[in-house]
Amino acid sequence: MLLISCPWCGEREETEFHYGGQAFVSYPADPESLTDEEWAQYVFFRDNPKGDFAERWVHSAGCRRWFNTVRNTVTSEFLS
Amino acid sequence: MTVEDLRRSPLASYPGVTEIPFLTMVNVRVPPTGDAAARISARLGGPLPVVPNSVVEAGRRHILWLGPDEWLVVGPDGDRELPGMLPEAVDVSANRTTIEVRSRDLLEHGCTLDLHPRAFHAGRCAQTTIARTQVILWQTSDEPVYRLLVRGSFATYLADWLSDAACS
Amino acid sequence: MRLAQGGEIDRTRPLTFTLDGVEYTGFDGDTLASAMLANGIVQVAPSLYRQRPRGIFSAGVEEPNALVQVGAEPSLQATTVRLRAGLVARTLSGVGRLTPEPEQHRYDKRFTHTDILVIGAGPSGRMAARTAAAGGARVILVGAGLPELSDPSGNVESRGPLGGIGDELAATQLRVLTGATAFGYYDSNYVLVAHKQTLWHIRARRVILATGAHEQPIVFENNDRPGIMLAGAVRKYITQYAVLPGRNAVVCTTNDSAYATVAALVQAGARVTVVDSRPIPPDLAPKGVEVISGLVTNTEGRHRITAAAVTTGSTQDRRIECDLLAVSGGWQPAVHLFSQSRGSVRWNGQAFVPDASAQANRVVGAANGTFDTRAALIEAAEAAVEAAAAVGYPVAMPPLPAVQEREITPDNPVWLVPGDPANQFVDLQRDATVADVRRAVGAGMRSPEHVKRYTTIGTGADQGRTSNIPALGVIAEALGTTPGELGTTTFRAPSVPVSFALMAGRDRGKLHDPIRTTPIHSWHVTNGAEFENVGQWKRPWFYPKPGEDMETAVLRECRAARTGVGMQDASTLGKIEVVGPDAGEFLNRMYTNAFKKLAVGSARYGMMCKADGMVFDDGVTMRLADDRYYVTTTTGGAANVLDWFEEWSQTEWPELAVTFTSVTEQWSTIAVVGPRSRAVIGLVAPDLDVSNEAFPFMTFRETTLHNGIPARIARISFSGELAYEVNVSGWYGLAAWEAIHEEGRPYGITPYGTETMHVLRAEKGFPIVGQDTDGTVTPHDLGMSWIVSQRKDFVGKRSLRRPDTARPDRKHLVGLLPVDPGQLLPEGAQMVALDAPTTPPVPMEGHVTSSYRSAALERTFALALIRNGRNRIGETLRAPLGDRVIEAIVTEPVFYDKEGARRDG
Ligand SMILES: [Zn+2]
Repeated sequence: MLLISCPWCGEREETEFHYGGQAFVSYPADPESLTDEEWAQYVFFRDNPKGDFAERWVHSAGCRRWFNTVRNTVTSEFLS
Repeated sequence: MTVEDLRRSPLASYPGVTEIPFLTMVNVRVPPTGDAAARISARLGGPLPVVPNSVVEAGRRHILWLGPDEWLVVGPDGDRELPGMLPEAVDVSANRTTIEVRSRDLLEHGCTLDLHPRAFHAGRCAQTTIARTQVILWQTSDEPVYRLLVRGSFATYLADWLSDAACS
Repeated sequence: MRLAQGGEIDRTRPLTFTLDGVEYTGFDGDTLASAMLANGIVQVAPSLYRQRPRGIFSAGVEEPNALVQVGAEPSLQATTVRLRAGLVARTLSGVGRLTPEPEQHRYDKRFTHTDILVIGAGPSGRMAARTAAAGGARVILVGAGLPELSDPSGNVESRGPLGGIGDELAATQLRVLTGATAFGYYDSNYVLVAHKQTLWHIRARRVILATGAHEQPIVFENNDRPGIMLAGAVRKYITQYAVLPGRNAVVCTTNDSAYATVAALVQAGARVTVVDSRPIPPDLAPKGVEVISGLVTNTEGRHRITAAAVTTGSTQDRRIECDLLAVSGGWQPAVHLFSQSRGSVRWNGQAFVPDASAQANRVVGAANGTFDTRAALIEAAEAAVEAAAAVGYPVAMPPLPAVQEREITPDNPVWLVPGDPANQFVDLQRDATVADVRRAVGAGMRSPEHVKRYTTIGTGADQGRTSNIPALGVIAEALGTTPGELGTTTFRAPSVPVSFALMAGRDRGKLHDPIRTTPIHSWHVTNGAEFENVGQWKRPWFYPKPGEDMETAVLRECRAARTGVGMQDASTLGKIEVVGPDAGEFLNRMYTNAFKKLAVGSARYGMMCKADGMVFDDGVTMRLADDRYYVTTTTGGAANVLDWFEEWSQTEWPELAVTFTSVTEQWSTIAVVGPRSRAVIGLVAPDLDVSNEAFPFMTFRETTLHNGIPARIARISFSGELAYEVNVSGWYGLAAWEAIHEEGRPYGITPYGTETMHVLRAEKGFPIVGQDTDGTVTPHDLGMSWIVSQRKDFVGKRSLRRPDTARPDRKHLVGLLPVDPGQLLPEGAQMVALDAPTTPPVPMEGHVTSSYRSAALERTFALALIRNGRNRIGETLRAPLGDRVIEAIVTEPVFYDKEGARRDG
């Protein structure tokens, strides 16, 4: 059970958070202009690296804020 | 008979749990700095706290930090002015009820927060979970006295849980 | 045999217990195992597979043989069961059986935080805890035995003056958990501790592991007979419990530690012969004890060992009669918890010792392979000083007790003595032998993980504490390598058996999962409702009258709503206030249809998709003001929709000025449904003009009920009938419900539950998200293309053009009318074509999502997702149901009032 640091509330139990997947995947400015493949990349495909990974979390049972962080997917250590 | 006599709080007929029913509550969501925040602070007579999970007293009301752009203003039962006072606010008076608990030990059966006086004390609040329900935990005194603000639909569950935990 | 004096048992408190139906007596302070030995019982149940006689082997959590059932609890180790009055135990052969009886004891959880957690209360652990606490840091000391600290009353914890720890710490933040076991070490220094009936969840900033070491056996032929025990265990039985396990002992050792056992045995009056694997054994035995350089190779005896065969390097082989064989094959640090914490271990030639920490922890003393007492104490004190400084409560290095140093003769480790491998036991609990290990290696297994899975070595309740190292030794020998090269297997939690009841704590029965109720719940209970679980909510399912079954009650409720008036508690609907100048723009981006131009005072049904274009939630939204909307969601979707709004608002469109507040419990919602609903609402809300002209469909009005309750009443229908939704503050939910029920009495107002609501909406073909959809269904699949805006973008829109999503032959929501109008299709039934083969593979055409008996239609009907369904109207499909087949005709999904003539009354 990880202790995760919310930028606002400080360290809280993992159970108070939800995982939001890879960070910095923005909603396309004009979805209609994308090819099917480009759109599918946005909807269905995310990186899955072994090691440091920029990802999103939300303090869902607390202040409900989303935040970006870098986590090592091997050790689960939060680096930022 | 007034219409208030028709009110019924979630734990009205629940023995053995201290409910503080019918507190007046509004949720305020505005940017923490700017005109709206300044106007609201002036109107409430106290600043919207910017320290996370802290509580500011403003006259007979308290302002609880819930998020960087979210506060809960709690007034007494019958605070008729509060619900319509702030144009941005949402009345949530009946959304939660309040249970008073006077034992840290009891809470530690189901609360993962560090409630040791070195880490948590009067004037602090936190949105967290107790057992399997979300609450706003608010310490009002160092005796200690805690208030648990719980959704009405979960109130009986939490009361059941507290009663059970108090037996152990 | 109980010794006349000594031990830490309380001889003034005899305890009677029953083992395998026979009554015995022990003392307070005994374990079940020590009490058994005191009564002369060494033999336990025979081994699991080979039915060989077995005996008590150890004195702790490493026990492989002495498994017992105590009351309803199976597979406990007799060596870890504290004796209590009236205890009833039964010996078990390897496996226990769960009782079907419910657990009667109360179990509990505690969550606590500490600066420093010390695990293990031997000399090192106590030194670490005492040192760390002196500076004022919060310290928890967890220890199984704690002989110096234990409170005679068996108290859960003691914070006051502690014998052996010192009065000067009485005022510190030290907390001692006696008789506790740390069994799980997780991320971020999260440690689970079993302490009697409480499961402690401890979060520590620093952890000091002083978990000690486990003595290892030596594998020789017939090494499993009753009377063969670990040497350290023999010593513990003598010194702690004043029990002498045998009078005529052979002590077989590879190291110095067993000589303490020799001394204890001699002092207790036993006859002792020492067999030492080292060519020149040290001069540590008391005078008169024969010490042989050699090894035990075999044993004799059936229900108890009677003799040991000894091979010696220089002289002739010997046969020594004995009733006790104490074995020490060296010590393996207890690295289970350290390994669970992802710390790495390395092989030091004799054992696996901690190498690098992966978390904020340190290992000290025997657990770190430091067996010299003084060195261990220094290590513990240093770790405590470092930890105390790290958490901000620094302390100085304490004075260290003078410990007599002596010369140590190096160990001569031996894993395996030559003999018949079929009777050389590597894992006593799993009954696995050297022959089994060699067979596994012969079958091509190379890694210890594979060998263990093949042989099941190390998978018993003892977690391989006495089999891991011997198994690695045998594997290494077979492969011509060393245990260090092989590496050890991964240690996983729990490191000792933990009961399910302890894991569950008080989350049982009604506390297992929260039960959510509405303010009107007590009325439903009083009026005999049967309840249905919808998510965590308890919702009235139907209200049977005396003598009614569900079918009759639901038909009656449906008839009332279609011909008179019914009422339903709809308070469970999720409700969100969306506030801000950009609220309309935000909702436009979320919903497939438009909300920005919705008039204040009006309501609109909306549907939401995920980015993949699949339906996610639906509900009616009212516009309260220019900058304020009141959104309702499905009962189950409330939290998800709020999270979904927050996610898009915070992470994608922070520039939109809009905020969200959940008001699900702020409002109680009562649906009043049926042709007579207008009359009832007219009575309840006398200030309201309820005419269709003044209060049209999909609008709402703020008003006051006749009893003074402020209300927001909307004309919304989920049944096709004239219907209203009365929203009042949750405080007034019950009073409003009772008022409506009272005013409706002359019209025969009928409370109805979720089942009737489902039937009514299905008759109109309204889908329920989550029942008629499953995350693979688009609005077009539901036949609701009318709700998909072509003019604006919304989340998921682009996906609706993807080739797969745009296929014309996707599964469509259609109706099904069973050919026999009395037959009810089961929900979930698979539909196949009429001419489909009867043996697999049978092409599936889709499945039934909703199915009911209809009072209005006077027949059964169903909704189904059917491949290319809209283009197959009129086709007959079959539902093969094992013993029977139901045929049904595909229809449009609207069965009742297709023209929509009823909604205005
Ligand atoms: Zn937070």
